[in-house]
Amino acid sequence: MMDGTQFDDALTGEQKIRNFNINFGPQHPAAHGVLRLVLELDGEIVERCDPHIGLLHRGTEKLMESRTYLQNLPYFDRLDYVAPMNQEHAWCLAIEKLTGTEVPRRASLIRVLYSEIGRILNHLLNVTTQAMDVGALTPPLWGFEEREKLMVFYERACGARLHAAYFRPGGVHQDLPPALIDDIDAWADHFPNVLDDIDGLLTENRIFKQRNADIGVVTEEEILEWGFSGVMVRGSGLAWDLRRSQPYECYDEFDFQIPIGKNGDCYDRYLCRMAEMRESTSIIKQACEKLRNEPGEILARGKITPPKRGDMKTSMEALIHHFKLYTEGFHVPAGQVYAAVEAPKGEFGVYLVADGSNKPYRAKLRAPGFLHLQAMDHISKGHQLADVAAIIGTMDVVFGEIDR
Amino acid sequence: MTEALKDLAAHLEATRPDCIVATEIAFDELTVTVTLAALVPFCAFLKADQTCRFSSLVDITAVDHPDRERRFDVVYHFLSMYQNQRIRVRTEVRADDMVPSLIEVHKSANWFEREVFDMFGILFSGHPDLRRLLTDYGFRGYPLRKDFPTTGYTEVRYDEEQKRVVYEPVKLVQEYRQFDFMSPWEGAEYVLPGDEKKGA
Repeated sequence: MMDGTQFDDALTGEQKIRNFNINFGPQHPAAHGVLRLVLELDGEIVERCDPHIGLLHRGTEKLMESRTYLQNLPYFDRLDYVAPMNQEHAWCLAIEKLTGTEVPRRASLIRVLYSEIGRILNHLLNVTTQAMDVGALTPPLWGFEEREKLMVFYERACGARLHAAYFRPGGVHQDLPPALIDDIDAWADHFPNVLDDIDGLLTENRIFKQRNADIGVVTEEEILEWGFSGVMVRGSGLAWDLRRSQPYECYDEFDFQIPIGKNGDCYDRYLCRMAEMRESTSIIKQACEKLRNEPGEILARGKITPPKRGDMKTSMEALIHHFKLYTEGFHVPAGQVYAAVEAPKGEFGVYLVADGSNKPYRAKLRAPGFLHLQAMDHISKGHQLADVAAIIGTMDVVFGEIDR
Repeated sequence: MTEALKDLAAHLEATRPDCIVATEIAFDELTVTVTLAALVPFCAFLKADQTCRFSSLVDITAVDHPDRERRFDVVYHFLSMYQNQRIRVRTEVRADDMVPSLIEVHKSANWFEREVFDMFGILFSGHPDLRRLLTDYGFRGYPLRKDFPTTGYTEVRYDEEQKRVVYEPVKLVQEYRQFDFMSPWEGAEYVLPGDEKKGA
């Protein structure tokens, strides 16, 4: 009661002390979007933290039930809008699993290439803005310069900087021009220098270490209890990465390491993300090399993909196929699958229930950030109020995917 | 992969025959249908058993089948990081059934169950804090049920005169289009314009 009528807590000789409740967000710059936290504070110590989510809820799963499989694809860009193509990937994998479609090799390589670009996009944003949350201003400026370059690569592949709709069931929409592959390769040569610069700004920075080391420690038990995935797991020393343990696409033929942390605190997760970016850069270089030497198809020709442009000029069937594909859409045989990818934030999964028609009967999107944020109360308990910002940052929450 | 799943299915059927209604392996994924009463003990068994060790809860969701008597499928996904396996546990639920909460076994079930309650109106018994999660404060209805219209029932705008946000019934200048892609030859369920007399 703050209306000035009740002062009984100060009536006794020894003052009774109440805990203080504050709202963190929904318009707080460190909330990384529209997150409202109701914090109960004892002095500056967080006693309870109740996240209120859903302020960005758009009903994606409901909308998906009344659209065709192909029309649903762009919704995935709008989930985790920091690394759009990784989400599309899960959707394509789910459809391909149900229809039994074999993706051509070149398409598979392009998907790997762009998934890794997405990973760098995400980690660059996360590492640098988390640094901003704990007081550094320069890293985001440097990081966003590289993000800009990567988004130009997105644009050159599909025409859009963010909402790509580039991965399609059965392959990718368009082939990459050779000049683009060369440019990505050249960028990957130069990018480790930028990482070194960011490294120099943060890794040994006294303030950054004080704000992150020993903050938000996650143990193996907590990982299992709260269903963590991605860097939240690897930061605590468990080498769990779906790219390695349940390989999808052609990740099994790439040479990369899985960096793990030791202490499971915010600082180790930061180090993991930095190391992962270097690994991703190496995957990108390998993928560019393979793409140069292996020309070929980029779409599995069949019922679920459009016919070639040239065929449509001469073949009646191809023209009918094209028309039917973009109006009615393809039909997916009945069944249920769960397809997961190692998105930059953790395991992003799609549970797809198909009933044999051209629309999904039910699609559930499993976002990694949802589970991470759920544990907010558990992790932030007993921390200082200022650490809340660091913990939200390190959890890597994006509300596009959490609220759906 | 499928071999390992077959072994796992056989192991489960041998050790917990009282819980399991059916097992099915499709698309390299194992689906186990269990009875509602056995749900929590079965999941606890999956977590504790040394050959299973499904210690991570990946997802909880529901699927609505309005034409069925037991209307909802509640679907659980588990992952074992140790055995590198996944499993799907499914149970059928009536609209007025209470589903036992999985929180005692997996803490991460909390928000998932809140979301399922929010979206489908399925109640979980033993859940400490079954509030709505994703929808607006004071929202009514269960959006992911098949009988809930995609447009919803209310719309929100800021009223300049009252200086506050107001809720009004949905007014659409044009009917919300649910496209029907089925051609009439494939058994459309409506009467084609001009065809009205045919049935009479």
